Amino acid sequence: MATVAVNPVPQVVAHRVDPAPNGLVGWLTTTDHKRIGILYLVTSFIFFLLGGVEALIMRLQLGEANNTLVTPEVYNQLFTMHGTTMIFLFVVPMMAGFGNYFVPLMIGARDMAFPRLNALSYWLFVAGGLVLYASIFWSPPEAGWISTVPLATSTYLPSGGEDAWIYMIHFTSIASFLGGINFLVTIKNMRAPGMTWGRIPLFIWSIIAYSLLLVLALPILEAAVTMLFTDRNFGTHFFNPAEGGSVLMWQDLFWFFGHPEVYVLVLPAFGIISETLPVFSRKPIFGYKAIAASTMMIAFLGFLVWVHHMFTTPTPLVVLIFAMISSFLIAVPTGIKIFNWIGTLWQGSIEFRTPLLFSVGLVALFIIGGISGVMLAMFPVDWQLNDTYFVVAHLHYVFVGGSVFGIFAGIYYWFPKITGRMLSEALGKWSFWLMFIGVNVTFLIQHSLGLDGMPRRVYEYPNVGHLQLYNQISTVGSWILAAGVLVTVANIWRSLKRGVIAGSDPWKANTLEWFTTSPPPVNNFDEIPRVRSVEPMKDIRQEIERRSREGATAGASKPLHVPA
Amino acid sequence: MLLCSVLVLAVVFVLAPSAFAGTFTPEQGGSPNANHIAGLYKFTLYIAIVIFVGVEGALAYALFAFRARKGRVAKQMHGNTRLEIGWTVGAALIVVALAVATFIDLHSVRDPVNSGPGGLDISDGVQYETTGAIKPPNGRALTIQVNGIQYVWRYTYLGNTSNPDGLGDPYSYYQMVVPTNTTVVLKVVSQDVVHSWWIPQLGGKVQAVPGYTNYTWFKISKPGNYKGQCSFLCGRGHARMIAEVTAVSPARYVQWIKQQKAYLAQADAQAEKFRAELGNQGAGAVELTNP
Repeated sequence: MATVAVNPVPQVVAHRVDPAPNGLVGWLTTTDHKRIGILYLVTSFIFFLLGGVEALIMRLQLGEANNTLVTPEVYNQLFTMHGTTMIFLFVVPMMAGFGNYFVPLMIGARDMAFPRLNALSYWLFVAGGLVLYASIFWSPPEAGWISTVPLATSTYLPSGGEDAWIYMIHFTSIASFLGGINFLVTIKNMRAPGMTWGRIPLFIWSIIAYSLLLVLALPILEAAVTMLFTDRNFGTHFFNPAEGGSVLMWQDLFWFFGHPEVYVLVLPAFGIISETLPVFSRKPIFGYKAIAASTMMIAFLGFLVWVHHMFTTPTPLVVLIFAMISSFLIAVPTGIKIFNWIGTLWQGSIEFRTPLLFSVGLVALFIIGGISGVMLAMFPVDWQLNDTYFVVAHLHYVFVGGSVFGIFAGIYYWFPKITGRMLSEALGKWSFWLMFIGVNVTFLIQHSLGLDGMPRRVYEYPNVGHLQLYNQISTVGSWILAAGVLVTVANIWRSLKRGVIAGSDPWKANTLEWFTTSPPPVNNFDEIPRVRSVEPMKDIRQEIERRSREGATAGASKPLHVPA
Repeated sequence: MLLCSVLVLAVVFVLAPSAFAGTFTPEQGGSPNANHIAGLYKFTLYIAIVIFVGVEGALAYALFAFRARKGRVAKQMHGNTRLEIGWTVGAALIVVALAVATFIDLHSVRDPVNSGPGGLDISDGVQYETTGAIKPPNGRALTIQVNGIQYVWRYTYLGNTSNPDGLGDPYSYYQMVVPTNTTVVLKVVSQDVVHSWWIPQLGGKVQAVPGYTNYTWFKISKPGNYKGQCSFLCGRGHARMIAEVTAVSPARYVQWIKQQKAYLAQADAQAEKFRAELGNQGAGAVELTNP
């Protein structure tokens, strides 16, 4: 039979598009980046509150020498859950939430590159959180967020808590790995016309660094916890010294992931305040290229410094020296950022709105965490300070002062865009001052606790010297900090219904998310404007002003057309 | 906002006027390496204070001087290349200075010194290890093995017999007895999980990692007790894994070792007698032949 070549008949193929379902089903099945972003933000904030409660119980236990409020077992479970929660279930997914909501809006895209993968990431993260928190009904993990071996092997902790921790790592790691790829592809391919690499917002640069770090570092962690899992359950000996396994290999693998993770937690916060500081100083960012380059530099150097967590292990001197020098090097791009932020404020016209307060609070607190970090990088000094409260103080200045203040700046800055309503400025300022004072009262004194010889992860201490007094100061501070967080929770609760209507651009901001309505429509933009600088919204506002002046002088009343 | 950090600092100053070491600097005074670490720390602290005051001051000034007021117009600048290169080089110079300071002090922190004139006579040379160990220039140091066990420290006073691995050497738990003016090298090991040996006044900490051997040293000039505790999470009893180093005169140390040997021999003899009794009764015989 002869085949006949047929020219295809041109035709229009139409798919039926159902409107997105509302209510619970709508939220459970959504692939809209904005809804997924909100889910991420709300879920991670709940984990933040849980992790905070764990911290408060620990501070109560330490509020008195030789206290017996909780047992050693429960105390170990508390700090393990606290660290794990804050890192894997709060800061990382919180940044993913901001990224999900604002990456497409800021680059002028209508969604993420892979919307269904995006939903998968979120639900895997939820699964990880559930599996970890389900363990509190049986036996929670108690080997620290570092899950140190051999303590975490089945010989010493046979209960299922460690396995729950491993499952949580797997779920959240796959979630973040996929999320990272999604961000990178979205940013690479879906930018608005005219948005060259030199014109993408600095928050986007920080999300690029965040995603690269996650994609490169998480497979290492996955490999390590898989080995731990088979050691625990299938009789392998990766970390069993009695059978030729290596304990130090766990520390190397964990920290090879662990240090890049530090920058995963803090770089997006830097990105957020690199957006807010110019807006509230009414000035362009000082040294855009330097800030973008230092972000990528920190991300790169972050892979070379992991041994600084292992200065007291049996490790050759030359390796210690390398880790010290590479850690010192990170101080340079970090310093560049801080100077550029101060340069942004310099000669500006600074409006003290709540997002600015939290942004400036980040800078002020991160300076302290950065300085103590450089001190800890000197390994002979670290031999005294390693694993003491000095390190606890340092890392909390970095994570609370850095990540959490950045996140709160983001919440106050973007809440109007997400909900269409403003947060209360008065409550915002109360929250800021309580948190700022709380952080310093809680953590400044902890430097002295460490210098005084108090190791971290101890459930009790003797009543000698100033230990009890210093611990009491710290405990009082933790409640001030908690009060500050609660004021923001109340503020959000109140403003969802009664906040002032925001309009599309309440801050007179610089980036494209403010070009659309608040909250944005499902498709984000009907028309995507052409981008001509790092501050497309400023260009658009100026264009509008210019045309309305021309219109006024010409006496014409023709409608404004925003340049597309 | 700078104010409250300063305020907290001031409160600390008022409440603890005499406690400088342990509040603003690491513990020291027991051993030269601890003193060198404290010295290096102080050098860093002074630089840190200058940077802290400078940068926080600039931030506070900017916030105060450039707050929004009627008629103020923000200066629309995008950067200043010369300034940016300047502070990059400045930051780099500071870390170079810190690296140089570390290298200058490294030797005196890490490498043991010779024992002092009043130290233990260890000229027979048996009491030190040579493989991989740190050792003083003259090669003579008292070597003690520190073994981390959940949740107690065990010390083996090596070199008192010719057996390898300290078999038969005298040992003690929790309290380590050492002679003054004598360089003591610690061979730190663990038999279960990771621990960390730390007596703050005697220098930095070292992890006791199962499967590895770690080393540190100290030389105590004043007789006395120096306390510390395990500083790496090792389980539920971590907080109670405490340690104490008691420095005594060399003569008393020799006496103590002799006494300890006698106690241990006595205990061994008793145990042997007890085992024999158990064997005669027929109880526990199976377990005892298959330890």
